[in-house]
Parts: sequence; C-alpha cells; structure tokens
Amino acid sequence: MPSYTLDINGKQHTVDAPADMPLLWVLRDKLGLTGTKFGCGVGECLACAVHLDGEVAFSCSYPVSAAQGKKITTIEGVAPAGTLHPVQEAWIEVDVPQCGYCQSGQIMAAAALLAKTPHPTDAEIDRTMSANLCRCGTYNRIRHAIHRAAGEAS
Amino acid sequence: MTTRRDFLGVTAATGLGLVLGFHRPLKGQAALIAKAMGTDTASDAELNAWVHIAPDDTITLVINESEMGQGVLTSLPMILAEELDADWTKVRSEPAPADTRFGRQSTGGSTSVRMDYANLRTVGAAARAMLIGAAAQRWGVPAGECSTDVGYVVHAASKRRASYGSLAVDAAKITPPEKPPLKDPKDFRIIGKPMKRLDTPDKVRATTEFGIDVRRPGMLIAQVERCPIFGGKLGSFDATKAKTVPGVRHVIAIPSGVAVVADDFWAATKGREALSVTWDDAGHGTLSSTDIAAELRRIVDGGAVARKDGEPDAALAGSHATIHAEYEVPYLAHATMEPMNCTADVRSGSCEIWAPTQAPTGCRDLAAKITGLSSEKVTVHTTYLGGGFGRRSQTDFLEDAVRISKAVGAPVKLVYTREDDMRAGWYRPTAYNKIAGGVDAQGWPTVWTQKIATPSIAENFGPLRDGIDGMAVEGVSNLPYAIPNMLVTYAKPDFPISVWFWRSVGSSQNGYVTECFLDELAHLGGKDPVELRRRLLKDHPRHRRVLDLAAEKAGWGTPLPEGHARGVAVHEAFGSIVAEVAEVSLPASGTPRVHHVVCAVDCGQYVNPDTIKAQMESGIVYGLSAALYGEITIDKGRAVQGNFDSYPIVRLREMPSIDTYIVAEGDPMGGIGEPGTPPIAAAVCNALLALTGKPVRRLPIVRRT
Repeated sequence: MPSYTLDINGKQHTVDAPADMPLLWVLRDKLGLTGTKFGCGVGECLACAVHLDGEVAFSCSYPVSAAQGKKITTIEGVAPAGTLHPVQEAWIEVDVPQCGYCQSGQIMAAAALLAKTPHPTDAEIDRTMSANLCRCGTYNRIRHAIHRAAGEAS
Repeated sequence: MTTRRDFLGVTAATGLGLVLGFHRPLKGQAALIAKAMGTDTASDAELNAWVHIAPDDTITLVINESEMGQGVLTSLPMILAEELDADWTKVRSEPAPADTRFGRQSTGGSTSVRMDYANLRTVGAAARAMLIGAAAQRWGVPAGECSTDVGYVVHAASKRRASYGSLAVDAAKITPPEKPPLKDPKDFRIIGKPMKRLDTPDKVRATTEFGIDVRRPGMLIAQVERCPIFGGKLGSFDATKAKTVPGVRHVIAIPSGVAVVADDFWAATKGREALSVTWDDAGHGTLSSTDIAAELRRIVDGGAVARKDGEPDAALAGSHATIHAEYEVPYLAHATMEPMNCTADVRSGSCEIWAPTQAPTGCRDLAAKITGLSSEKVTVHTTYLGGGFGRRSQTDFLEDAVRISKAVGAPVKLVYTREDDMRAGWYRPTAYNKIAGGVDAQGWPTVWTQKIATPSIAENFGPLRDGIDGMAVEGVSNLPYAIPNMLVTYAKPDFPISVWFWRSVGSSQNGYVTECFLDELAHLGGKDPVELRRRLLKDHPRHRRVLDLAAEKAGWGTPLPEGHARGVAVHEAFGSIVAEVAEVSLPASGTPRVHHVVCAVDCGQYVNPDTIKAQMESGIVYGLSAALYGEITIDKGRAVQGNFDSYPIVRLREMPSIDTYIVAEGDPMGGIGEPGTPPIAAAVCNALLALTGKPVRRLPIVRRT
C-alpha cells in the first residue's frame, strides 16, 4: 500500500492508504479528524468541505494521492488552537446550527468565500453556498452570519 | 398532574452535590405515539431527568430526550433553570444514556417540551426549596425568611448569601417538598425569552460527537450490502474476491444482507464492490410505482369509515356545483444529513452501544434480545443526532451493528452509505386520495368526501382497530372546517415497502391535500381563500387567530409584482396550529420560485421563541423540499433514487425569506418540531393555483419521473 505525507493544519502526517482512498476517509478513519463529515460520497452536499491550498474541495471525492503536496486545512485547523475563526464567531452570535451535522462544511465554505470576497453580495453567497446542503433549513441564518462575519449589519 | 408520592427522588448525597430525578406520566397523544413506537410501559410513570448541582455552582441537567436539532438540550434546561432561579450561564446539559433510572426513553411526536414542562418546573422549584432549607439550617434562621437571587440563597435580614454550589451537598439531605410553590409566569426571566442554544459552540468547533464520529479501541468499520428489492432476501454470495481486498477483515451473512467488515470505510466500500451476490426477490422483483398507484386506486372505495357527518352522498348529489379530484403523494425518504450508523461492542457478558437514536430504550431492548443478555448488561450511549425527522426512531441500524459485532467479536461501527440510507425503506408512505366536494348556490362548501388509500404506519405495531390507522387520517378526520356533510374513509394496501414516521407523519400529506382542495372549492364558489377559511373556522378561534395573523402580516390582498401570487394554508398537528402564506412566481423553467413565507404559529405557552422560529423555518424548508422535488419511486421492486442528485433538497439559493410570528395566549402547549411542515406544500400549490388557474394535485411539483 502506498505511503503519503500530508500537510494537514500545518502538521505533517504520513499515512499508508490506497491511491484512490478519498481524503475524507483518511482524515476520519486513519487520522481521527472527525470534524469533516460524510454526507453523500458523490460531491452533492459538501458536508466534507476542506481547504486545499485555500480552495474548497469535496474531500469525499478527492483521492489522497492528489492531496499530497497541498496545504490541507480542516475545520480543526481553520483557526489557531484555542481561538475561533471570525466565521465561527458569527455562527455562534447568530446561533446558526440545529442538528449541526453539515455546519463544519458550511463554515469551511463560508471561510473560503470570505477569504476571497471579504464583502460578498447575496448573489455571491447564493452562488458559493448553494453547494452545501442543510436538511434543517438553517440557510437564512447562514446568510445572516456570513454578512455578520464580513462586518455588515445585515 | 402527577400524584405519585415518589414524584421526586433524591438519590445521591455524594461529592456530586444535589441530584434530583422525577417521574412523568405519559398521557394522550404522547402515550399513543409511545405505544406506537413500542416504548410505553405497564407503569404510568417514568423517571425522567436528573439535576446535578456541583460544588462549583455548575448545574448539569441530564436530558433523556434525543437532541436532533430541535433544541431540547436548551429548552428543557431553561424550564428547570427558571424555577430553580439558576444563573443561566452556569447551566449545562448532556444527553442521558439509556438507563432504567431515566425510564423509557424515546423522542418523537413533538412532545419533549410539552410533556416535561410541568414536571421540570416542579423539579426546579423543589431543588430551590431544598437549597433554601439547607441555607436556613446552616444560618439557624426560618426558611421562610430566605429567598433566592440568581444562583444564591439570600437571607435579607442578616445580609447573608450562599451560592447553590456551596449548599448542594447539604441540600441533598433535605426532604424534597411534595408541592413546591411555582413562579407566577409573569415573573419568568428565562422561559419565553430568546436564549442561545447550549450546544452551538461545540457544533461550530465541530467537537460535537455524532454517532458516525464514535471511535473505540480496536474498532472495525462495517457496511452491509442489503437486498435492493423490498421484501426480498439474500440468495447466495461469494466473498472470495472481497476477502482479498486490503483492509477487509470479515465478510459475513446477516439477516439483512452481507456485511463487509474492514479497517476503514473505504476498505469496506472496495470489499463490497468485489462481492458477488444473488438475491431472492420473493416474488417482489417486478413491483413498480405504476403498480402501486393502480393498487391504491383499486382499493380506495373499500375503505373503513373514519368520519361521517350528515348525508354526504345526498349532499353531493344536491350541490349547486361539485369538484371530483384525485390527489397523490409519493414515498419520501428522510435523508438526514448524517447517514444511519451505529457502533456496537458485544462481549461475552456485556453489550455497549453508541447510537444516534430517537429510541434509546428500544435500542437497549433490541440489543438485549439479539445478544441474549439481560437489559442491565446493555449500555446505550445516545450520541448527538445529525438529523432525525422520525427515521432514527427505527432500530434497523442498531440491529445490524449488534449482529455484526457479535459475529466478529470486535467493536464495530456500521455506517450506511447515502445510497444505503435512501434505499433502506422506512419511508413516508405514498398516498392516493379520491376526493369530492360541493358548494351551494352562494358558493359556500356544503359537502366534503375524502377516501384515502395509503400504507399503514400503525400496522408496524399490530393489527388496526376497526380498519383505521389514525395517523393515516390525521388532519382529515379532525378537519376543523364547518362543512355539514363529511365523509372520510381509509383503505390499507399491502406492499413490501416499509413505512415509518416522517416529520409530521400523516399530516405531511393530509395537510397538503385538504388545504389544496379547500382552495379548489374556494375557486369553485368564487370565494377568497382567506375569507372562506375565516367563515368555516368560526368555531375554532385559535385557528382563526393564526390565519388572521398570517394574512395580515403577509399583506393578503395587497398588490404583488407581476407574475407573483400568494397562497395560504392552515393546519393543526401535534397540538399546535400553523398558518403559512407563501409568495410564489413561476419562471419559464417550470420550477416555482418561493420568494417569501409568512408563518404564524400558536403552540400555547412556549419556552424558547428563538427555537420556535428556527423550528418553523426548519419545518418549512423540509416540507418545501418534499413539495418541490421529493419522490422515491419504485422500479423492479427497488428504490430508484439513491443520492441527492436524484433526490434533490432545497439549496440556499432557493431558500425563501421567512417571517415567523408566535401567538401567545396561554393556551395548552403544543409541539414545535413538526407542525411547521404540513402547510407549506399547500401554501405553495395554492399560490400556483392562483397564478395558473390549475390545481396541483400530485406531488412533487417538479417531477422527474
């Protein structure tokens, strides 16, 4: 079985895994980083969102072999230890989550959006955040929290 | 409500400080649902919650309801903290394990807050009285001279204060009062106020442990290849190739199919792909949605009578004008974001379970049955649930996990793929309605007949009484409209497809059918849909109040942009009444755009208004996904849809803005997790009727099959 060295949240991890093993299962089953969630396995829900070199990726459909050499950020590393990302702070202020299962993916997607577009319009939020599914219907609070994280009253 | 002498029990005067539990009786609808879910007991009372007041002033409430997003781990602590006069910033909550000390545990039927409200108030008030008693003894003053001030007992005359934590151990030695005085609701400072959820920070950090996140030493991961044909079973299988897949440890037959047990999920996936399996279709391998629809039509006229008022046949014949219609809804999957899963560790003398379950006690009992252990040897840890919606009151995932762990002798986490989850059955039943109505010469409805054919959920628990499944006719047999001639019948088919509770159960389809057909009658009689409802609800002031509130806030009757229309619907479910007004347009794509929803809810006395708003939004979007897209169709005995590409749910860009208004008039408490769902399909379809003149008599609105 091939061996891969992965840069995850600023730390190097070496794992033995088949080349086609999705990054999601490397994170969850091999490394115990369970904040990244399994929702669909086919790139339809983005519960599995991680950042690869700052870009949002569907870790459920991203082979570990392609992740080597990229800077991988998961929800566990989206903010320095003991701190919260501004998106997470906004999520708490707005009290976004219900069941909470999709929210790490939502937060990763929102953090990437704001990194590129510090003041997104509603249309930009629609376009970016519609890749993430939420079954509890927290979408309006997500929109509100993104505006809040952007420093807008909304 | 409770008269049992052992209502309150003080159980430990240890370093934990004060620990209190209480019993609750199950009554009315909750008892029926508990019975339906197999979670009732011969006893009428249950030990239900524990309060820990620690020396450091932290108050922990152990909640025996499952947290699946509906906010019980916040709303129930609020009730107790109110009467305890606690410092809310010191209150914590956690899910209870399945344990006889907590009684029968199951969460469903929108019952948690309304069933626990009175008892949690009493427990809080009793704990407060005991803390006062402990302080009075310590200070040598009459208890009557002491009071409390947000986490402290105070003696005003001597200006002494003691924190609850410093009194807890002594308080545990005080006999709990039978009937502690309760606060006047006008003095509430927590109940009825919008409070932040206690579980949000962990969910935002992603440190909340859902069932699928459980990890145990030596744990293996299992997937099960199940028979894709409903009612079919395993024929034969060849595991030779699967066993050569790196990481695959075991391939075994279990009653539901073939389990592949591996070091990780991906190895189990590859092992499944290498399996060779043949299935025995048990004669069900040709069943299709067309067959199912035809069978429902065939049996619909032979149903049992659930309600008959007046002379419906004569009234139809004598009506000034009539409509005869057929309404149909499909099977629906719950599609919780967290797929079904369960972790089991079966040893020779014990069984430990970690399950995202709505039915911890049912899990414990089933695990005991499978393992042959007594239920005291079974430990069930209820994790957080990544959505429930009724699906997680089933125990199929528990059964498979226990069987696999028992067979392989290791802790096993069973995980469903999304396709496994969506094709496992336990659907909201499909339904066919043959419906007719008539109006008089002035256009007012005089007769309504509705014949319902739909698979029975109640039948999972035993034979139907008098041929009626109360859940199949709920919302119709109690239709509140003043129509003098009514007939409601129910006919039960037999299909091999399992059906189960799905958020709002029978009301999920019946609210759609009744409210859409009422709008058809309004159009037939030339009446405004709101005016017609107001007239027909003259004997139901609570219904009328939410209708009026929603209509007013939505600006009913005021001009809208070109191509937009409003639709209204009102429905009572789980003791609460909800009215929704949807503003809709119909773009050329044919997919309706729901711009805005105004929701008015009367759930009686409420606890956390922010949770009520969240649950109304949640119920609306859940119902909207189903109305627009939701459909499980059957072909060759199998479910066609398997993932979100074929079973779409509403995305952020489609989300309407939603304004929720809460009617607060001190009426009896109703549920909040489900009642927001039923009206939305009808509100949207009624707007489409207003736009196009054509009724929408079949869901989903956007059909792909």
